[in-house]
Amino acid sequence: MALQPDQVDQIAHLARLSIDERDIPEYTRNLSDILEFVEQLSAVDTTGVEPLAHPLEMTQRLRPDEVTETDQRELFQAVAPATEEGLYLVPRVIE
Amino acid sequence: MHEKTIAELAAGLAAGTFSSLELTRSCLERIERLNPELNAVVTVDAEGALEAARRADERRANGESGPLLGVPVLHKDIFCTRGMRTSCGSRMLDSFVAPYDAHVVERLREAGAVTLGKTNMDEFAMGSSNETSFYGPARNPWDADAVPGGSSGGSAAAVAARLAPAATGTDTGGSIRQPAAMCGISGLKPTYGRVSRYGMIAFASSLDQGGPMARSAEDLALLLEGMAGFDWRDSTSVDRAVPRYVEGLDGPLDGLRIGLPREYFGDGLDGTVAAALDAAIEEYRRLGAQVREVSLPNTHLAVPVYYVIAPAEASSNLARYDGVRFGYRCENPRDLEDMYKRSRGEGFGAEVKRRIMVGTYALSAGYYDAYYLKAQQVRRLIRDDFLKAFEEVDVIMGPTAPTAAFNIGEKTADPVQMYLSDVYTLAVNLAGLPALSIPAGQANGRPVGLQIIGSYFDEGRLLNAAHRFQQATDWHAAVPGGFE
Repeated sequence: MALQPDQVDQIAHLARLSIDERDIPEYTRNLSDILEFVEQLSAVDTTGVEPLAHPLEMTQRLRPDEVTETDQRELFQAVAPATEEGLYLVPRVIE
Repeated sequence: MHEKTIAELAAGLAAGTFSSLELTRSCLERIERLNPELNAVVTVDAEGALEAARRADERRANGESGPLLGVPVLHKDIFCTRGMRTSCGSRMLDSFVAPYDAHVVERLREAGAVTLGKTNMDEFAMGSSNETSFYGPARNPWDADAVPGGSSGGSAAAVAARLAPAATGTDTGGSIRQPAAMCGISGLKPTYGRVSRYGMIAFASSLDQGGPMARSAEDLALLLEGMAGFDWRDSTSVDRAVPRYVEGLDGPLDGLRIGLPREYFGDGLDGTVAAALDAAIEEYRRLGAQVREVSLPNTHLAVPVYYVIAPAEASSNLARYDGVRFGYRCENPRDLEDMYKRSRGEGFGAEVKRRIMVGTYALSAGYYDAYYLKAQQVRRLIRDDFLKAFEEVDVIMGPTAPTAAFNIGEKTADPVQMYLSDVYTLAVNLAGLPALSIPAGQANGRPVGLQIIGSYFDEGRLLNAAHRFQQATDWHAAVPGGFE
């Protein structure tokens, strides 16, 4: 499956990744190689085969709905790029 | 002291021959002297280590004991360590100081292990050579031109160079076993769910599993007992008693049924690696095992399946790095979208971006069935191959990697070639099985690993088989030149 440079642009946008314009040809080539390589899966007959999502096929455990975590806002926000009065700061979204 | 295994160190500590403080100082001295050429350790916490060593000595003075009490370890920099930088080999987390400990870190600390620092790794564990690390590759102690393998390359290089008796690793597609093989040490990937993933930075959640890396199977057993166990904070942690692995190490191998998958010994396997494995299998025959051929007919599909599932899960897991709550944020963002895109574009390296994009594509509207669902179906076929083989044999043996360590720069230009170096390890993660790698010979002066794959929760049998081999041979005791 050969991708076109504009498709790589679109994938990068979906993944919220800025890619330098000069690097697009190399990503296009690499991603095309990888997709072409995984293409061999399409030749496998998987009629009636259930997808395997979890190697042990276990179901997710449920826990009692109880408060177990204490407030550690200051500790967790200490690693944030920008906070103010307990809030995370981001560029203005609403004018 | 640096040449001793954990079992030997535990005996020395118990007998009072040396203290944890002396032992820890000796490791820190070796790291300071030898790490600059190896680049295996990216963060050293000398002060914290000495304090932990003093505490371990105190605990012992107060009557406590245990095989890991006072034993220094390194953690792969994918495990969160409270108050210590946890970079995951990425610019994205270059200044991230974890606010909590991973379950594995917590467990080993409770057992009295002393954390020396953190080891180098491929960025977000995406790589097979340690070359995708933001900090540059760790070097293979056997040959400075060779990669140490990856992604737990720093852990493998550090243990091989005797900077520490043990290190933690994680294995999503071979990341414990392949570097263990390439650096000539022992490494175990446990059954999926055996070791908690809590605080282990996520790459591909249905494949990721933490495990020990050390210089003998006996040490792996001691470490696994310390690391394994149920943890409610990991939703896929398995609630099942942890056996005393050490007690089963010495059992005889008479009648052990070993399966050799014919697909693991065909084209693509280096001749010198094959010769080393033949000799190792012969040793197992002498130890009383029965060897027969088995077939894992879908082996050739493991790499393509993995390179759909792992990137798909990674693209979802790595969506959390948005420059808002933690991690790298770009300078002067124009708006929110610009902040997301540039923080991620500048914070991630090329291989991580490639995989995020492959995963994003595979999961995008219109392609999900053709890629992700299809890969999950073939994943079942691969798992069923193993289940069928384990009806006939107790363990499966084969190469850990198709070649000994390759040279730095040799495979970086072609991602698919790099991916193919994990052809014998990936299927084990897809099936969720336990497997280990032990040193079994050399090819042109570089170590060769023997992979032993077991059925679910059969770690004890793997460790037993590995231990008996190490009692009969001395490949695991070989020390790279310059690191004696």
